Amino acid sequence: MPDAIQVLDVSKKFAGRTVLDGVRLDVIEGETLVILGGSGSGKSTLLRLMIGNLRCDGGDIIVHQSKSLASLSGLELDEYRKSIGVLFQSGALFNSMSVADNVALPLREHTDLPEETIEIMVKIKLELVDLREHADKMPAMLSGGMKKRAGLARAIALDPKILFYDEPSAGLDPVTSAEIDQLIIDLNRKLGVTSVVVTHEMDSAFRIADRMVLLDQGKFVAAGTAQQMRDSTDPLVHQFVHGLADGPLTDRRRAGGYELDLLGT
Amino acid sequence: MNVLLRPIRNVGDRALGFLEFIGGLGYLLRDTAVSAPRGLLARRGRRVGWQNLWAQMVRVGVRSIPIVMLVLFCIGAILTLQMGPILKRYGALAEVADIISIATFRELGPLVSAIVLTGFAGASIAAEIGTMVVSEEIEALEAEAISPIRFLVLPRLIATTCMMICVAVVGDITGILGGLTVSHLVLRIGGHQYITHTFDAIKVRDFVTGLIKAGVFGTLISGLACYLGLGVTGGAQGVGVATTRTVVLTIVALISVDLLFTSTFYYFGW
Repeated sequence: MPDAIQVLDVSKKFAGRTVLDGVRLDVIEGETLVILGGSGSGKSTLLRLMIGNLRCDGGDIIVHQSKSLASLSGLELDEYRKSIGVLFQSGALFNSMSVADNVALPLREHTDLPEETIEIMVKIKLELVDLREHADKMPAMLSGGMKKRAGLARAIALDPKILFYDEPSAGLDPVTSAEIDQLIIDLNRKLGVTSVVVTHEMDSAFRIADRMVLLDQGKFVAAGTAQQMRDSTDPLVHQFVHGLADGPLTDRRRAGGYELDLLGT
Repeated sequence: MNVLLRPIRNVGDRALGFLEFIGGLGYLLRDTAVSAPRGLLARRGRRVGWQNLWAQMVRVGVRSIPIVMLVLFCIGAILTLQMGPILKRYGALAEVADIISIATFRELGPLVSAIVLTGFAGASIAAEIGTMVVSEEIEALEAEAISPIRFLVLPRLIATTCMMICVAVVGDITGILGGLTVSHLVLRIGGHQYITHTFDAIKVRDFVTGLIKAGVFGTLISGLACYLGLGVTGGAQGVGVATTRTVVLTIVALISVDLLFTSTFYYFGW
């Protein structure tokens, strides 16, 4: 299968601090790739680079086999954005609009469909995420899981080719988290999209991933299938994937110069 | 760093920060102007709908009218009470209407209305947009290929500018009424005499220059509020900081721009 996205030696700095350092990975068309990493590993920044909300300082991201995100004009970037869907960590629903209007917004903005057709399409999208009966509710009236499902319905409104998920299970109870995971799997199968999921929840990652990539301190560490990652002998991968308290990740934190900080010398 | 050089560096940093701020605000206003044709003329769904615009106008303008009326009525009354004894000493008591009308139409009407609107519209726009930044709504708009400038800034800018002009007219009339009431009740100037003096004193250019100021003030209020709201960082605390900065900076900017306008009008004899 061809690559849907190629991340080529991408670097990104914020205020002189390197957040991503020469990251290289491929997302194969039709797969669900999970990008793993602890807090501050650069995984959310990588997602923002892939959706075009940030620009790379170095390297490039090639999408749909030909388009270089670094060289796209504003209009071309908008065209690319219409071909993708993004579920943000909080759902990012527009609080002044009902759930139905949230889902209808991309259709009203980017298509010439009549309002009656848009209403039908909104119902179809909401049915896919099991929220049809909540169409008229305002986002403030929804639970955390419902907000994410509504955000997902909006993300798939324009039938995207690639879906990006930023921490889809964050802040949810285990059952709701499992429901969202199942929804991601179902949508992938029903819509035939490519999915890129950023998370640090290993249970969720193992449920949905075709392949996984681990980032640490802005650098690529390892990639492989769920089984390959589970069986990895790399100490860093082993500690992260199995959620162990001892290992190179915690050793590094312990060696963080505490004495130096206390004594100020 | 050398202790002697530190103050110079601080002044330089502040000057650069100020220029960056002005430049950023200028870019925002330019981008809003560029997005205006599509926002106003595109087909339904993509354009800034009347419903959306009307909702913004009600939010920023209509609700502030009672406060503007109250404040300007009081200012008209206070000014009359202050000017009355002085003018009486020169035997020109009836001239109080001339002073009140020119001061209100040219200066106080637009400026005081703008300051009230800063509290109503500026603070609420900055808080609303800042909250949208924190809750990733702005990022979501960009990810949906929807320009936040066209979708959020343009309707607020148009609504605030239009409503600022309307509110200033209401404020002007109320200020005159405040002066009229006190003149009649305290200074014993006849209502007819007061109104005749007012119409004699006011020229079309006094009214127009006031309205030009009001329009610019409206753009300034919403432009600053949107710019500071979009620049929010650091969660809920950042929203609070942006809201406070919006009110303070807008009032400073309004008075500075007013001085600039008045100096220009004075220079050209308008």
